[in-house]
Amino acid sequence: MMARIFLDGPANGSGDERFAAPAKPVNLSRRRFLLGSAGVATGALVLGFGIPVGPARAQGPAAPAPKALDVPAFLEIRPDNTVRFLSPFMEGGQGAFTAMAQIVGEELDMDPAVFEVEAAPAGKVFQVMFGGTMRITGGSMSVRTSYDTMRRLGASARAMLVSAAAQRLGVGADTLTTEPGKVIHAASGRSLSYGELAEGALDMGVPEAGRISLKDPKDFRWIGKPVARIDMHAKSTGQAMYAIDSQVENMLQAAVQHAPRLGLQPGAIRNEAAVKAMPGVHSVHTLDGAVAVVAPYWWHARQAVDALDVDWQDPGESEDVRYMPADFATDAFTQHLSSQTGRGEEAETAGDSAAAFASAAKVVEGEFTSQYLHHAQLEPPSTLARFNDDGSLDLWMPNQGPEIFQAAIAAKTGLAPEKINIHSPLLGGFFGRHFQYTWGNPYPHAIALAKATGRPVKVIWSREEEFLRDPMRPMAVVKFKGALDADGWPVGLDVVSVCEGPGEGIANKRGEKLDESALEGITAKSYAIPNRRIAQLFVKNPTTLAYWRSVGNSMNDFFYESFLDEMADAGGKDPYALRLKLLEGNERLTTLLNAAVELSGGWKRGPFTAADGTRRARGIAMASPFGSEAAAVAEVSIQDGQVVVHDVWEAIDPGSIVNPAIVEAQVNSAVALGLSQVLVEGAEYEAGMPVARNFDVYQILRPEQMAKVHVKIVESGAEMGGIGEPPLPAIPPAVANAVSVLTGKRVRVMPLSKESFEA
Amino acid sequence: MKLEINGEMRELDAEPEMPLLWALRDVLGMTGTKYGCGIAQCGACSVLVDGVVTRSCVTPVGSLEGSKVSTIEAMEQDAVGQKVVEAWVKHQVPQCGYCQSGQVMAAVSLLKENAAPSEEDVRASMQNLCRCGTYNAIHAALSDLAGQENA
Ligand code: FES
Ligand code: FES
Repeated sequence: MMARIFLDGPANGSGDERFAAPAKPVNLSRRRFLLGSAGVATGALVLGFGIPVGPARAQGPAAPAPKALDVPAFLEIRPDNTVRFLSPFMEGGQGAFTAMAQIVGEELDMDPAVFEVEAAPAGKVFQVMFGGTMRITGGSMSVRTSYDTMRRLGASARAMLVSAAAQRLGVGADTLTTEPGKVIHAASGRSLSYGELAEGALDMGVPEAGRISLKDPKDFRWIGKPVARIDMHAKSTGQAMYAIDSQVENMLQAAVQHAPRLGLQPGAIRNEAAVKAMPGVHSVHTLDGAVAVVAPYWWHARQAVDALDVDWQDPGESEDVRYMPADFATDAFTQHLSSQTGRGEEAETAGDSAAAFASAAKVVEGEFTSQYLHHAQLEPPSTLARFNDDGSLDLWMPNQGPEIFQAAIAAKTGLAPEKINIHSPLLGGFFGRHFQYTWGNPYPHAIALAKATGRPVKVIWSREEEFLRDPMRPMAVVKFKGALDADGWPVGLDVVSVCEGPGEGIANKRGEKLDESALEGITAKSYAIPNRRIAQLFVKNPTTLAYWRSVGNSMNDFFYESFLDEMADAGGKDPYALRLKLLEGNERLTTLLNAAVELSGGWKRGPFTAADGTRRARGIAMASPFGSEAAAVAEVSIQDGQVVVHDVWEAIDPGSIVNPAIVEAQVNSAVALGLSQVLVEGAEYEAGMPVARNFDVYQILRPEQMAKVHVKIVESGAEMGGIGEPPLPAIPPAVANAVSVLTGKRVRVMPLSKESFEA
Repeated sequence: MKLEINGEMRELDAEPEMPLLWALRDVLGMTGTKYGCGIAQCGACSVLVDGVVTRSCVTPVGSLEGSKVSTIEAMEQDAVGQKVVEAWVKHQVPQCGYCQSGQVMAAVSLLKENAAPSEEDVRASMQNLCRCGTYNAIHAALSDLAGQENA
């Protein structure tokens, strides 16, 4: 009999009460078939798990009633004592696969290094977040939302292996212990490897929830340690496989030319015959909002599609599409946002801000501007689609949520969801790029072309076509007013952000409630400024919008923390002292802020002259994104009018962590993106078209622009927060604040490369 | 046409204008070399041509007759390549990994020319883009390799 366990339980409560008695295994033959078809080695111990996750978070959907799940996720222990694990979360550089192996391996007592991890397919059972209701790779949520579940899974497997060993050796299970990969009977000196036991373990009953005990964290062998990431060799030798590398038999490839502006449709192709005669061309196609050429080799398809002379038709604005007008320009749009005088809709209020301003000793004002940003993940988007003889559809595509795409494709094609197999290869960077975006994913092209040609088709968007349809991080113009009391301390804050939130942009309409991600990072601050009015003045953008690493926080902390320094200056306060004062009584954030300053060798604002003779200054900033807390200090100088960031010291408190080496790598990565944003990046439009279509014009942080990064991890023991995004938002304001000190000129616009500075 | 790739003469069914990148990926099925921009800006497509790092997306195969091409797939069979891969694993350089084939090739090219590069040499030579920001890890790996040479 094949063993399986269902850990069902109410989604509320904590600790062990969360796990009710397991439900009876059901439908085993079907399960055996499913696993068999998924290539599980015979004799493997396969554990399915119903997903008992922690209390639903406030913003998560309500937890459903507990239920046994039909298609289990699985852990396969092979006869050679290695492990195959299907991860609910995608690997795109953030270390999710390694973290999963560490957590499961810890309780299973198996070295994470022997884990082979792959992304799980679409399926209810893999929806391990928020009471088993969903699963995405985003919001820096992978580890924190599945930590308990993955520990349970490992512990259950271990208990079954121990039971099998007890039977095999004819001893009591309580006389057995484990060492990594084996069960040991100390009294007789005998031991059995997990690989040897895996088959017998299949006959073991599933341990009841009460019999599964989790390790005491003080005994952790791998969790909390800088365990080596498991994909380093594959990623250093070209063996790692991304969606763009997918190949299947009989496959064709396709390149597209999008309508120059969203909303336009292809009319006649003036030179179709000539293009069809170009080398290698298989066929020419007209798609929704695009034209495509299919060929055995992508380069031929690309040459040909670029040569197509299309009569693009402009049907004008309509409800169904996010129409890009022919005269749209980012400069004029920035002016338009800036010229708004409305007071907006309130997102957060406290005290009496009108009264605070009326009685203020001093009022400070500042208007800040951010820019559109591309994801600019290095792997251009692609999708390989194959219709199979049994009516099913296989898709290999970069994605941050297989079920979301499965549902969207089911709706589009009329196929039943279970006929749609989503394969999720490694992501060549993502940063929010690979969610479902109505006009921003290549899968509709791949499906249409596979249908039209009757063959599997892989569509790759060239970098140029990507930068034309990549939905962007929103821009905003934000108007700040601060009220200071007679002693120079901030007592009132009035903020109007003129913007469209990413959620609003993706939905292409306003929701009933404000888009929380529009103002996150300006709202919900820990600083004690008693009187506040924070509002959004919605202005629809013609561009398509998206989530981008750290979402609203990515720009909102730049605005807020820069303005905080402006208030400090106006009140004659030191910005570090001001933050400490506003955080009085908040032990966690005070500790964190001090940790960042200590890491930098003590607070030294400057300007000062460094050992190499350059004039330098330091800036400080904080942020509280995605359940974690961050504080950063940046040191800058000016070279040829441009800002150079020498060092970044960042302290981060995610509550508790799984892998300090991954945290440090993620801080480096987030710092790079934060520096990129504040120093050089920005997507601009003229005449309804993006100015930059490739990396020749669109700047991302170059190697010589990277700062040295120093990381301090603070584990306060608070609820576990995220790691991928949280280190980013404090970086732009820390840099901007340093530049302001050094140059005596407040910085209110990103990127800084638009201006020339003098130290 | 014929092309020497990783020490082997390969028959290539491609016209001379086809960039080496696409000949490798599509004609030969060698997907370790990556496409990032296609216009010599990012370096994801880096290979060695006669030992020198070259952006294959803008290198027509027709220009390579008589040259030796090495790709990421052969780096562990190369003495310098093997050291670089080991250092990359030791320093846990990759994140998403997509740029790393190109980064490894650039590092191999640098070390073949200069076994103990200074920080300045590394700065000047390692120009490939990495959106994940692995630049500091790349420098750590290379200074380790340069240090081993000096020791
Ligand atoms: S793909 Fe060749 S340099 Fe970017
Ligand atoms: S590791 Fe992701 S682009 Fe370099």
